[in-house]
Parts: sequence; C-alpha cells; structure tokens
Amino acid sequence: MKKTGAKIFVETLLEHGVNTMFGYPGGVLLPIYDELYHAPIRHILSRHEQGAIHAADGYARATGKVGVCMATSGPGATNLVTGLATAFMDSVPVVAFTGQVSTHLLGIDSFQEADIYGISIPVTKYNYLVKETSRLKEVMYEAFHLAISGRPGPVLIDLPKDVQTIQIDDPPVPALTLPQRRPHLDPVERDRQLEKILSLIRDAKRPVIYAGGGVIKSDKAHEALLRLAEKAQMPVTTTLMGKGGFPETHSLSLGMLGMHGTRYANYAVAKCDLLIAVGARFDDRVTGEPSTFAKEAKIVHLDIDPAEVGKIIQVDACLIGQARDLLQELADRVEPQAHEEWISQIAQWKRDFPLSYPKKEGVISPQYVVEQIYEKTRGEAIITTEVGQNQMWAAQYFKSTRPRTFITSGGLGTMGYGFPAAIGAKIGCPDRIVFDIAGDGSFQMNIQELATAVYNKVNVKIAILNNGFLGMVRQWQELFYGRRYSQTTLNGNPDFIKIAEGYGALGIRVEKPEDVPSAIERAIAEDHPVVIDFHVDPEENVYPMVPPGGAIHNMLDRKE
Amino acid sequence: MRHIISVLVRNHPGVLSHVVGLFTRRSYNIESLAAGVTENPDVTRITIVVTGDDLVLDQVMKQVNKLVDVLNVTDLKYDQAITRELAIITVKTTLQTRGSVIEIANVFGAKVVDMSEDTITLELSGTERVLQNLMRLLNPFGISEMARTGMIALAMKSSE
Repeated sequence: MKKTGAKIFVETLLEHGVNTMFGYPGGVLLPIYDELYHAPIRHILSRHEQGAIHAADGYARATGKVGVCMATSGPGATNLVTGLATAFMDSVPVVAFTGQVSTHLLGIDSFQEADIYGISIPVTKYNYLVKETSRLKEVMYEAFHLAISGRPGPVLIDLPKDVQTIQIDDPPVPALTLPQRRPHLDPVERDRQLEKILSLIRDAKRPVIYAGGGVIKSDKAHEALLRLAEKAQMPVTTTLMGKGGFPETHSLSLGMLGMHGTRYANYAVAKCDLLIAVGARFDDRVTGEPSTFAKEAKIVHLDIDPAEVGKIIQVDACLIGQARDLLQELADRVEPQAHEEWISQIAQWKRDFPLSYPKKEGVISPQYVVEQIYEKTRGEAIITTEVGQNQMWAAQYFKSTRPRTFITSGGLGTMGYGFPAAIGAKIGCPDRIVFDIAGDGSFQMNIQELATAVYNKVNVKIAILNNGFLGMVRQWQELFYGRRYSQTTLNGNPDFIKIAEGYGALGIRVEKPEDVPSAIERAIAEDHPVVIDFHVDPEENVYPMVPPGGAIHNMLDRKE
Repeated sequence: MRHIISVLVRNHPGVLSHVVGLFTRRSYNIESLAAGVTENPDVTRITIVVTGDDLVLDQVMKQVNKLVDVLNVTDLKYDQAITRELAIITVKTTLQTRGSVIEIANVFGAKVVDMSEDTITLELSGTERVLQNLMRLLNPFGISEMARTGMIALAMKSSE
C-alpha cells in the first residue's frame, strides 16, 4: 500500500512513542497537520514558535524523554532558533521539525522560504533537509537516536511540502547506518586513568566533587554520586545545571558554586587538593578566571564528551563515558575515607558564611518568596526559572534534592524560557506541582503562552518576582557602571493581574510579606494556571557575587 | 604551529557546511581547505591546514571527531606525509622576458598551458615549498592571476 510522507511522518512518531508534541502550523505543514487531525498524538498549540520549542525542551528535561516540536517554514522556523540554541547549550534531547517550501521552489526566494538547514547548523547536534520521501523514515529514526544518545542535543529536520504529499511504498524499519564513534581511550589507557584516579582519591586530604548537568542526564547517576560521596566522604558542589544531582539537604552538599555560588562551595574549591568534575564543562560562570580556579588541586574530569576534557582547564586524569557508569565504577572501587579535618573546616565555613538576605519591615524580599515556595511545596515541586536575578535566587534558596526538578536555561541564559518550559514540564509530569520562578522582564518575553496554559488546562504557577527592573543587568550597572541604569527600568509594565484574567487565569497580587505564604498556598490549591505578582524589594541584589573574570573565592557581599 | 588534518566524511550535500561551520564557530584558523572524493564514492576526504598550538590542535581534532558525518580524523605529521598542491599561474611577459619565464618553468617542471602576446600561463603541482619558490622567481615579471587548490595530503606508507 502506498503512503504519503505525512502519513509516514505520523506513523514514525508513534513508533518512537511520541504521544505529545508542541507546535504551530503553517501553509507548508498542511499535509502533516491534516494527518495529525485524527492521530493519537496530543498536539499542544503554542502562541509563538519559541513557546513551542521551550515547552518541548522543558518536557524533555522533566521526563528524560525526547521533546518534539514543529514549526512552519520561514519565520516559523527562524522563531525556533533561540530554542534550539538553548537546548544545544544545555544538551537537551529535542527533535524539531520545520516545514519547508516544495523542493522545486527551494533556493529561489519563495514565499516563506528560509534556509533553516544552514541557519541551524551551529545550534543543533545534527540537522537534515529531507528532499526525498523515501529518506524520511530513516532520517527520523536517526534523529531520535542522535538526540538522546551520547551527549544529548537538539536535532532539526526540514520537511519540504512535496515530501509530505508524495506517495511511496510503505518503507521498512530502517537499520541505522550512522558512523560508529570510536572510544576515546583504549582499554589499557582507561585502566591506567582509573588506577590514577583511585590513587588520587586515596591520597587526597581535601577532596571536592564538582557535579554538572551530566549527572542529571545520565539516569541513576545521582544514586552512584551519593554512594561515592558518602563512601569516600567527599563534599559535593553542584552547578546550576547539576542542581538536583546531589541532595542539597545532605550534610556533604556545598550547594552551588561559581559566580553566585555559596561562599563555602567557592572556598572549598579554592582550597581543595582534589577536584573531581563529573558531567560538567568548566563554564566561565563556574570558574571565574580559569587560571585561578582550584589552583591547589589535582583535577579529574569524568565526561561523556572527550572534547570537554582539556577545553578550559588541563586535567590530571580523565575517564570518558556515561556519568552513571563512571560513578558506579568509582563508588565500587574506592576505599572508604574519613577526611574529618576537611569536613569540619567546611562545616565551619557553612556556619560563618551562610546564604542570607536582609529582612526589611514591610518589604517583600525576593529570596523569602523562593523560601516560601520551597516550604509550601515541601521541596517537592518542579521549579523552572526565567533568567537573571530570579534564576539565581531560585538556585540559591530552593534546595533541590532530586534530578529533573530544577529546570533552567543555564548555558544560553534565555529570557522567556521558564514559563513555556513549565508548561512542557507539567504536561510531562502532570502529578507534580510546577512553579515558574519568574522576573517581570523575562515573563513578558513569552507571556502569550498564558493562552496555551489556560486552554490546555496546564496547571502551572508563575511566581513573578516583580521589581520593575531588568534586575541582573541593573545590578551590574549599580556595581560596575556607576549606578547609571541605562534601559533597565521596566516602565510601562502591565497590570499582571488583568493580563492573567484576560487570558482566563487567576491573578494574585502580593504587596506585603505577611501575605506571601497564603498566596502560595492558594495558588497551589487552585486547579488552574495562577500568576502571582509579588511586588518585591526593587533594588535587592544577588549575593554573594564573584566579579566577572575574577577568582571565585574573592566574592562581593552586600554592604551592611 | 601549522598542522595538516585529514578528515574522512560521509559524502552528502551540506557536509562541508558542517565542517567549515565548526571552524568558524570555534574560531579556529584555517589556512587552506581542500575537499575531494576518495576511492570510495560515498566518502570525501577534506584536507585542512590549521594553525595553532598543541592545545588548539587537540581541541580541533576532538571537535571535528564529534561531527556526525565524520568517519575518521588524522593529524598528518609534515615529515610523514605526502603533500601536494596545484597552482595555475598567469605571468606577464614581453618578447624579451618570455624566454626567461619558460626557462624558469622548465627548471621547476611547470607546464606551459597557455600563451598570449603578453602572458604565459603555467601549471605546477608540488609541495608548498616548491610552489613558493616558483612564485618568488616569477614575481619580478609580474603575476597577473593565480589559482591554487589548497593542500591535499596522505600519510606516507613507507614511513609507518
């Protein structure tokens, strides 16, 4: 029996277990959307293509499955670019489909034609322009495999309209013909590295584990990490992407390190004699000036991507592979250690330099809002964040204990990410409470997705830490640009309550600290999207802070 | 430091964009790049001359190796590689200088492929150094046009 490309497309999605996707139709996608009309796939119509891809990304991060999104040709496709770059920087498995003009119209500046294949090369793990229907099924199999295998990432498939309508014989299930990756280390070298790491751990007096997003992505890696840390008594600091990879309530947890990390995490890194990086890539927001980073330490790097080893910092030993496998192997082989002196030094730092913020009479501290969300959800919520101060306060004050519960645009720092990502996360994990911790600036970047959430009954909560500023940029202007607040005052902010109501969501305005807990309780009780507009201290800053390009143990704090 | 990197890739439209795009995005300096099909029509060999220290070379190799289409990446050592480049050079001549240009061409084994009243066009393949030497001698006459392929290279089997 002959089948159209559109039919093959839908069948291949189903073969990959896709039951949810996010998208926005257009002229060249009509054949596929016609096929989706009666397909057993839940298609969430966003209000902007960027909303669709961030939602697919949030779905992927919350569930561990591949997120799927679709946009039409030209402007629809280019609207995906920020979402692709976001997923690429944070290694998120997303498969994005774009419609394209028919093959005979390619390359002649046809209506709504954009070279999304060329545009998306630097922001995808791989991408395809499918010119023959006979290739479609094979390409989709490859794409789903590539998105989730090895170091995950987004894959884009561009689908000309005629490729969707041409009928061909039902294609067989393809055998993958992708080039095989060769292992980075040969077995002898691998054994040598492993022995070296074990002896470094044996000799270390002041070890620290620095865990990144790889610990979240590699299923069960967090269990092995906990076992390793406890057995060898090694304190663990997690990056923004690694939050949830090690319980922040654990006595060995140092919280987050880096530019807005805890003092005790940064001091521990500065003073440690062994730093074990796992699933992390020595980002500049973590290291500050790399030549000053962990200067007293031997450095071990465990990562799935050999290109990350030695990219920023030269290491003393490395292993390449899944974080779970490497951590399990180390946890099995390592000898129990104590490190009492080191652990008590860290405990002293924790007592001396806890995260703290001023409590002002009658003014809502943004950090207090985050603490209350943590309290009222008993730490069980999935948190997404926007980008800026809201993101850093969320990272500092919401103690993550499980993987896939802290969802944020770390690498690209994409404003407007958190709300659509929350929609995707809630659809993927309907039994969890999902809070987007937002800023008034970021939230407005994809505020139109309120329609998506309300119409589809996606029960997400948006907590706006409304300070009337682009807060993080303003903070830098205050500290480094003589308080000249150039273009960071958000004059003309809307009434968020009316906006919420206009879309059919519930809006709650909170202006007094004593109303914060009850507002959060009420939002949680509602079986409906809720926007809570917290009017917070407008000039509160994120501290501690490492000035850009500095050493991470030289931190600024608020002047008392 | 200059390095010759030989990359075998799956041969399909777009593969060059992926390879070249990587070098642009990561700010690696390409001196030359030559691509052509191999003994296997499904495989293209790209020879890239890149400048940078050993750390840059290590990163280039690893990043190139990550590209989905890449089958193999080799760092060819200069002294263990056969390197060749083809150049076509048009030199300005007069009746008086024509003989000297042909004489130089003969010494280098360059072929005269075209001649007009006031130009001679030469073809030469050789190592980069041979090409540079020829150009140095032709420069005083005036080189009006030149095209070069960029270096291609293979590992020398006899030195393995």
